Amino acid sequence: MNSFSYTRADDVATALREVAADGAAKFIAGGTNLIDLMKENVERPSRLIDITRLTLGGIRPRSDGGLRLGALATNTDVAYHKEIERRYPLLSKAILAGASPQLRNMATVGGNLLQRTRCCYFYDTATPCNKRTPGVGCSAIAGFNRAHAILGTSAACIASHPSDMCVALAALEAVVRVTGSVGERVVPFAAFHRLPGDTPNIDTNLQADEIITGVDLPARGFAEHHAYLKIRDRASYAFALVSVAAALEMDGNTITEARLALGGVAHKPWRDPQTETMLHGQSATRENFKRVAEALLRDAKGFGRNRFKIELAKLAIVRALSQASFKEAHS
Amino acid sequence: MRTEHIGKPISRVDGRAKVTGAAKYAAEYNVPGLVYGVVVSSAIAKGRITRIDVAEALRLPGVLQVFTHENSPLLAQSDNSYSDEVAPPGSPFRPLHDGEIRYSAQPVALVVADTFELAHYAASLVRIGYERDAHATNLNEERERAYQPRPREFIPPPESRGNAEKAFAEAIVRLEEEYSAPIEHHNPMEPFATTVLREENGRLLVYDKTQGVQNVQNYLCNVFGYSKGDLRVLSPFVGGAFGAGLRPVYQVFLAVLAARELKRSVRVSLMRQQMFTFTHRPAIWQRVALGAAPDGTLEAITHKAIAETSQFEDYSETVVNWSGLLYRCDNVELSHTVVKLDLHTPGDMRAPGAVWGLHALECAMDELAFKVGIDPIELRLKNYAERDQNEGKPFSSKELRACYRLGAEKFGWARRNPQPRSMREGNVLIGWGMAGGVWEAFHITADAKATLTADGRLTVSSATADIGTGTYTIMTQIAAEMLGLPIEDVTFKLGDSSLSKSPVEGGSFTASTVGSAVKAVCEKIRKKLFQLARKIDGSPLANTKLDNVRFVDGQIRSHNDSSRAVSLIEAMRHGGLSAIEEKASAGPTPEQMQYSRFAHSAVFTEVRIDEDLGTIRVMRVVGAVAAGRILNPKTARSQVLGAIVMGIGTALEEESVIDHTFGRIMTHNLADYHVPVNADVHDIEVIFVQEQDEAVNPLGAKGLGEIGIVGVAAAIANAVFHATGKRIRDLPITLDKLL
Repeated sequence: MNSFSYTRADDVATALREVAADGAAKFIAGGTNLIDLMKENVERPSRLIDITRLTLGGIRPRSDGGLRLGALATNTDVAYHKEIERRYPLLSKAILAGASPQLRNMATVGGNLLQRTRCCYFYDTATPCNKRTPGVGCSAIAGFNRAHAILGTSAACIASHPSDMCVALAALEAVVRVTGSVGERVVPFAAFHRLPGDTPNIDTNLQADEIITGVDLPARGFAEHHAYLKIRDRASYAFALVSVAAALEMDGNTITEARLALGGVAHKPWRDPQTETMLHGQSATRENFKRVAEALLRDAKGFGRNRFKIELAKLAIVRALSQASFKEAHS
Repeated sequence: MRTEHIGKPISRVDGRAKVTGAAKYAAEYNVPGLVYGVVVSSAIAKGRITRIDVAEALRLPGVLQVFTHENSPLLAQSDNSYSDEVAPPGSPFRPLHDGEIRYSAQPVALVVADTFELAHYAASLVRIGYERDAHATNLNEERERAYQPRPREFIPPPESRGNAEKAFAEAIVRLEEEYSAPIEHHNPMEPFATTVLREENGRLLVYDKTQGVQNVQNYLCNVFGYSKGDLRVLSPFVGGAFGAGLRPVYQVFLAVLAARELKRSVRVSLMRQQMFTFTHRPAIWQRVALGAAPDGTLEAITHKAIAETSQFEDYSETVVNWSGLLYRCDNVELSHTVVKLDLHTPGDMRAPGAVWGLHALECAMDELAFKVGIDPIELRLKNYAERDQNEGKPFSSKELRACYRLGAEKFGWARRNPQPRSMREGNVLIGWGMAGGVWEAFHITADAKATLTADGRLTVSSATADIGTGTYTIMTQIAAEMLGLPIEDVTFKLGDSSLSKSPVEGGSFTASTVGSAVKAVCEKIRKKLFQLARKIDGSPLANTKLDNVRFVDGQIRSHNDSSRAVSLIEAMRHGGLSAIEEKASAGPTPEQMQYSRFAHSAVFTEVRIDEDLGTIRVMRVVGAVAAGRILNPKTARSQVLGAIVMGIGTALEEESVIDHTFGRIMTHNLADYHVPVNADVHDIEVIFVQEQDEAVNPLGAKGLGEIGIVGVAAAIANAVFHATGKRIRDLPITLDKLL
């Protein structure tokens, strides 16, 4: 860990001004990921700007019938919020599938979106990593890549995004609200995180002078037909090998709308809306689920130790869709 | 035998101190002016340091020194000085000795600063240039280079008998399989740490996390030239160790080096990542071949193991010997060889050797049972060893049959359908598996001292350790029992090198070893008290012999007439003594050595496996243990519960993954190195089988630290086969292996 200075910002404008004044400054909220990275010398901020006093907490109804999650609402606040549990149980379940109660009490909505990959090479400064130091090479491609991506990878990086919450937000088509020096803008969830390409050092499309102020949930929460399935190497406190957020609208046994987001398989929560439409108008059968699973993974590519995830992801999709299609299971 | 304290489920005498935080651990001793050392670890696996630039680190105000091989003072020169009680043959690793890199993440510098945070930052500014040599870290690629290691003390070499090759060739039923397992790291909760408090006269008080204060004291005195009067090692509380603290760990060397050179009090704590940079359970490859008659009678056993060791020491453990011990067989061929890899020397980790050896043997026995079509317990009973054929000796006791029977009853084994994939609920496959276990009931020599004061309070001490196992408690019970005192009036002291001589705490030998010494010293006190009691004018015990009295409720009482009694306090007062102090040494007798002495177990497990996704849950475990007399059923049960949980980790989760490109362990944190969490642990039942054993040692008790884990991995692997029909012979059994 390097020496750094620490300041508290009392409002968004001050926070933005301070971060703009120092290219190596970072915001800190829960710190559940940043502090780990600092201890490993992966992040070496010159200054930490504590944003926990900004008035960005809370969960409020929106005029369009949706909800706004404040950027500083904790993962615990969101997961156990009555309206989230009732209208967006997929989100609640995804959050509770991750981390531990202690971490969820500290971790915030904004921080969850910005958490970095758990690739062991990214964390170990003794090994080359393009995400840490662009151009030095990716150690994971020919290395220990059990946790790594199988979709949307590049020759520069096969890291996977570790969040559970973001997988649900992708399926729900949430919108990220950001404020920067040029004002406010909204970013559709699918456009927030990036694929590695040849700039794996850049995780998201958030600009250096911007701050996340909240996440908007659309009115539709898929409360009747949803499933969050997380497959991991132990029953709790482990990142997903593969996770699936499935959300369906159904008319009898006919699927009228399907959303599928995958976690643990790509540099971002993985969506393929085009392929999801294969299920529209179809009945909820294992065969139909298998077809869409095959299609979703058609371009998947394994790298040795993570090759099993291609098959596992397909099986997980089928299981999650089956669970989602049964309303009773999630009453 | 009627007892007041021994055999009772007494709560830990140190429990309150632990839960209130009053118990202080090595990194919790604070004095004004304490400075902090942070270790810099090597980035490469093999080669040498060509340049080490500490200027930037030293420029920071508050950084006191950066110790490297370039400025490390001249210390002891012979390998012998760096050896220790548990060291295997070879040339022990010397921190900061030279610029050679022998394994990835070896310590290469110690940065000392006024604050921990500053030392941490300065450590990141130490610039090191390396010249890399080719390294070898892949056991499977290097197996051809295996050789016979120089033997370790207390580790019997494997001995073959009969002609296993011929008997195997002639056997009607033949089974030959390979098993493999990765490196595991102990990962106790408390990271290794040392706080050296330097007194004004230059003497050092070394608070160290260790399983052997005297082992560490000897090492430090030999290396740094201190006399024992000038360097005392203390370790009153240890937050788990599992064998990782048997040998001195490099942070204690570095902390003493810094305290000596800087003339300051110094703390050095390892990071969790650095908990993966010294000892470990070795990676291993094994082949087991069983030849049997059609009814399952064993005719040949061949067990071959190849494990890793470092370039500088020959570590070996008892992996294959169990295959000549557990079952009756006249044709046995055993071999254990090692391969030098560019890793740190492996070391003893809970049931060293047995965890791997019994995994292979007990899986192979399950495979054989399936092949000949008999129940796995029946196969084991058919081949039950009544004598130790390795040593040609009778067992002091062996209630393994009762373990099989009582474990099976508790588990409901009789309801098992032997056919794989025959038990399921929806898409959940249910599997039931079992395995046997065995571990040595060692007894070695230890000393103890006892002081009884005129107020009837007893203090007993020995320089052993309590690594969370309950040593404080059971020693207190033994002493209280011997003198008939309430538990509250007895204090047991340990973890201080100035106390009576004791070996390291490990090998499941502390209860028997230190317990026998405690018993012996209390016998001396009893004798003295009895003499005093008889000398009282008109003593009610005047015509009684020591054999005919009991020490109970603070009194010496006649067996025949309990009204004839003298209190301990009275005896002391009449004798005019303010205290009785005695010392004793106790070790195994020739009579004990006539027997083979082992603890046994049978483990039964139920797994539930998602047929599609391969996720495995261990829903039930029954562990039946025969370990002689149980000194404290509460601490004993905790020992076995913890060991079973650790066994679940061995079976399904634990793996220190090496990236062979870098020769570096990549899962060096508790997010990537999985051990079971609460959600992985379901019903566990522990049964202690009645076992009378007057021959094993003076207490009749066998140690319990290790027997609980032995057999767990095999029982789970066998349950996985029963559930799925798939034999997964390389550990850990992760879900991808079942897809």
